Amino acid sequence: MATVAVVTARAGRRAELALMGLTWVIVVLARALVDYNAAYLELVDLAIYGAVWAAMMVTAHFVLDKVAPHADPVLLPAVFALNGVGIAEIRRIDYAEGTSFGGQQMIWAVVGVTAMIVALLLLRDHRKLRRYTYTAGFVGLALYLLPLVPGLGITVNGARIWISVLGHSVQPGEFAKIALVIFFAGYLVTNRDTLALAGPKFLGMRFPRPRDMGPLLLVWAAAMLIMVYERDLGASLLFFGIFLGMLYIATQRLSWVLTGMGLFFIGGAFAALTIPHVRARFDAWLHALDPEVYSSGTSEQLVRGLFGMASGGLFGTGLGEGRPDLVPYAESDFIIASLGEELGLTGLMAILTLYLIIVQRAFRTSIGVRDGFGKLLAGGLGVAIALQVFIVVGGVTRVIPLTGLTAPFLAYGGSSLLANWLVIALLLRVSDLARRPSGEED
Amino acid sequence: MNEPVRRVSVIILLLVLTLMAAASWIQVLNAGDLNQDPRNVRTLYREYGNYRGTFVVDGESVVWSEPVDDPYNYQRSYSNGELYAAATGFYSIVYGRTALEQTENELLNGTADSLFWTRLGNLFAGEQQQGAAIELTLRHSLQQVAAEQLGDQRGSVVALNPETGEVLAMVTSPTYDPALLASHDTTEVNEAYQDLLNREDSPLVNRAIAGDTYPPGSTFKLIDSAAALEAGYDEDTELYAPQELELPGTSNTIGNYGGEACSADDQMTLADALRISCNTAFADLGMDLQWGPIERKAEDFGWTDSIDIPLSVTASRLPEDPNEPQTAMSAIGQYDVRATPLQMAMVASGIANDGVVMKPYLVDTVRASDLTVVDVTEPEVYKEAMTRADANTLTDMMVGVVDNGTGTAAQIGGVEVAGKTGTAETGQDTAPHAWFVSFAPADDPKIAVAVIVENGGSVGNEATGGAVAAPIARAVMQEGIQLAQEGDL
Repeated sequence: MATVAVVTARAGRRAELALMGLTWVIVVLARALVDYNAAYLELVDLAIYGAVWAAMMVTAHFVLDKVAPHADPVLLPAVFALNGVGIAEIRRIDYAEGTSFGGQQMIWAVVGVTAMIVALLLLRDHRKLRRYTYTAGFVGLALYLLPLVPGLGITVNGARIWISVLGHSVQPGEFAKIALVIFFAGYLVTNRDTLALAGPKFLGMRFPRPRDMGPLLLVWAAAMLIMVYERDLGASLLFFGIFLGMLYIATQRLSWVLTGMGLFFIGGAFAALTIPHVRARFDAWLHALDPEVYSSGTSEQLVRGLFGMASGGLFGTGLGEGRPDLVPYAESDFIIASLGEELGLTGLMAILTLYLIIVQRAFRTSIGVRDGFGKLLAGGLGVAIALQVFIVVGGVTRVIPLTGLTAPFLAYGGSSLLANWLVIALLLRVSDLARRPSGEED
Repeated sequence: MNEPVRRVSVIILLLVLTLMAAASWIQVLNAGDLNQDPRNVRTLYREYGNYRGTFVVDGESVVWSEPVDDPYNYQRSYSNGELYAAATGFYSIVYGRTALEQTENELLNGTADSLFWTRLGNLFAGEQQQGAAIELTLRHSLQQVAAEQLGDQRGSVVALNPETGEVLAMVTSPTYDPALLASHDTTEVNEAYQDLLNREDSPLVNRAIAGDTYPPGSTFKLIDSAAALEAGYDEDTELYAPQELELPGTSNTIGNYGGEACSADDQMTLADALRISCNTAFADLGMDLQWGPIERKAEDFGWTDSIDIPLSVTASRLPEDPNEPQTAMSAIGQYDVRATPLQMAMVASGIANDGVVMKPYLVDTVRASDLTVVDVTEPEVYKEAMTRADANTLTDMMVGVVDNGTGTAAQIGGVEVAGKTGTAETGQDTAPHAWFVSFAPADDPKIAVAVIVENGGSVGNEATGGAVAAPIARAVMQEGIQLAQEGDL
């Protein structure tokens, strides 16, 4: 028998390494620029910094080469770039404020990359996760509701989305996000046929059967709970948005999405009218520049962010040359405004494009993978990143009301960074299967 | 499930495009509005972050920026704040800029086009952007004498170099200390500013160029005389000068100062009428000449024109189509005639300079941080107001005023002084404004001065231009002549 020589296309690992080389240059130069403009450029420190990044990148590369050789080659360089630029900007704000968030964030980056590698080593096939569908659902819900437990939850800036663990504050919602995507993927892949069944026709559109509305109503109730009791509009929107997006991917029924959006809109409007905290957010959004709203303090942070971005203009003031520290939480919630000020519209466009690349690679993975669970998992993670970016950046740029979410990979915050690196681990894992040439099994 | 994934990815793309559009709106399209928003402190911080140029008088910095350790980096500092406040204005983080701090802002902060090469040099040398120094035409000694002479009285002194138009002195009283407004403590600045605003004697107003313009009173007779000379009169032309002049069509009359008669036979020459400032003679002259020629002559000296020196100067006013009695009143500088002290200094300066009024200016030289000259103001003819012959005749007549007329208090030993007094009525219950406009030496004028003391100053109702304003002008002219002898003018 003639043996067919299988061309083992080492799908883009070399291209990935080259892209990571480019990323490394950007990341190290950004830090060098920040140090230089703060008149604190120590070549030894810079060399150590460069070496740590190189080590992370090379290790990630070799691990992928071994355990996920066909994984998407664009994801890692894009994520490293965001992470590195974020740390440079955080370090820049440290210089202005005398804080040391940059160093901590660097430690979290190392932890995040390590976690990604460990996850890839432990999880050799994403389909195994389907076994834990309901466990993931329970864990996700528990994590979301954890901040409500008395004595455990901490209220920061009016939102109760943090818990205290061994003296550290942790944002469990960031991890809940992952667990819930796994749960939704497992649940929907099993029940999609039932949910797709056509119900009554209304306004020229087939709506789902009322008896199938249970899960939607349940998720809606949970989202409302988060909005009302944790006062976290952003997490609530993200949580519900992920569900709607995945529901649509699973059933291809627009009517589900419209029903869900209608429900959320009603809940949101009710909250905006009755809950002072949410109402203030809406006020600040609609009338940000109104002197009365501004002087009451509700829109001050938002408007200061706008001033910062406006002063950056097209090309920005340059890293370390602006005054991003004039905006409260410039290193976390408002890092997008800080980067907009110092890197300009050009820089912000580049950052948004990096996010777009990551999200589109997730969708590409979803289309490429064969199993329904994998499709929903990759698609859901893509929706999660995209929605989070939209909610954060939209809040800072006044497209939607400002909420407390953080920009993935950029903003200061260990929970967020660690969770997002795990998201990338899952995407890499699914993409490895999606891009594996047919007939090759390990 | 591939189709819905594609659709979702398109929706996500649209969402990201929305974000990009919003960012473009904020950072480029609407950035101008946001950057100019008064609540945006970034613009201010950025400006303060750079070294702002100094104001220089007689080679010494009078306003400069001192490095300090706060977010603004530099503190605006003053050596003689009150003395130069009217010219330099203030520079406040709360209330912005005024006067030259405002008009010369781009030079001071280094962003002016003319400083392009300096900026480029700074860039290559790795130095911070530095503003240019503004050298003023003001003279410290003249400012000081004028301010001392005015003392607590409300009023103003303006001195010009008749040949060039340089503003040698510009003093307004009362004034304020710009250092109070330059503080980086906003509460302190707010309080100081409110105090200044609430004061009835309006210290923030520059009376020399931008206050409420004043009725020029008898100093306006210089304009009448110039118009009469142009109309063919000479210094010996006899004028009708009754004790009281009836105003046609009314029951009102015009009298002279103290109700005195000007002459025994109700007739006197133009020169004598100016010398003793005979109201009835000039009121009658005004009606004879009619308003047209007087109006034109006033405009020849700058009335109704607003100029920038580069501070913007309020236009001096003239009545519109006055009837005969109004013309008579206007001819003696009452009714609707109004003038700034600078305008009156320009009258003296024009007569002194053979009839040519030079354009007044405050900024002499602009120097970049590396001391290279960026700009020098060249003297510029503003208006040719009189013929040389008429100007010389009028000069002689003005010398008469100081020699043995109403202005004897302005006499300087060994120097011929030309001047004209004015005592402008301000109403039934308020004391008159005392004016004096003059120049010296009469044969080779070095300095032209206008002085106004509001409501008679410390003398009150009894005040006349000759008694109150003339000594101030005298002191300033004397200092000016001194400077000229030392070759500094």
